[in-house]
Amino acid sequence: MELKGKKLIAIGDRDGVPGPAIEECLRTAGAEAVFVTTECFV
Amino acid sequence: MDLENQARIKELGEEHGAENLVVVLGAADADCAELAAETVTVGDPTYAGPLTGVQLELPVYHVMEPDIKDQVDEGVYEEQVAMMEMVVEVEALIDAVKGVREQHSKL
Repeated sequence: MELKGKKLIAIGDRDGVPGPAIEECLRTAGAEAVFVTTECFV
Repeated sequence: MDLENQARIKELGEEHGAENLVVVLGAADADCAELAAETVTVGDPTYAGPLTGVQLELPVYHVMEPDIKDQVDEGVYEEQVAMMEMVVEVEALIDAVKGVREQHSKL
């Protein structure tokens, strides 16, 4: 999938990769974050 | 998945449509990743939240999947994700999310 121009929903994990880290990564691929969260799955 | 988050994702799914959105997960556990992936494709499997019975069929990936990783700046990935990649079972996470996506995502 081409990420450029996509709207991103980042669902991070407190014990994994947090939402803002996903956002930071995907921004470099040209995706625009519309929702960023970090869940605690436990 | 958190109920408020489900409500927000439902709104975004209806507003933008599956073809314009991508959901990227950062879960450290394969079961959690699978649960989250199911929630944004076929609806909340726990029947607890606003996405119960709502089939958004959003394209969903794990941040560590090659499809995603290969499009991200290498330095940023290294800084934000690489450390975690060393302590989780990457293959299990990828299989969990990919399995749900291939079965239930629209794209």
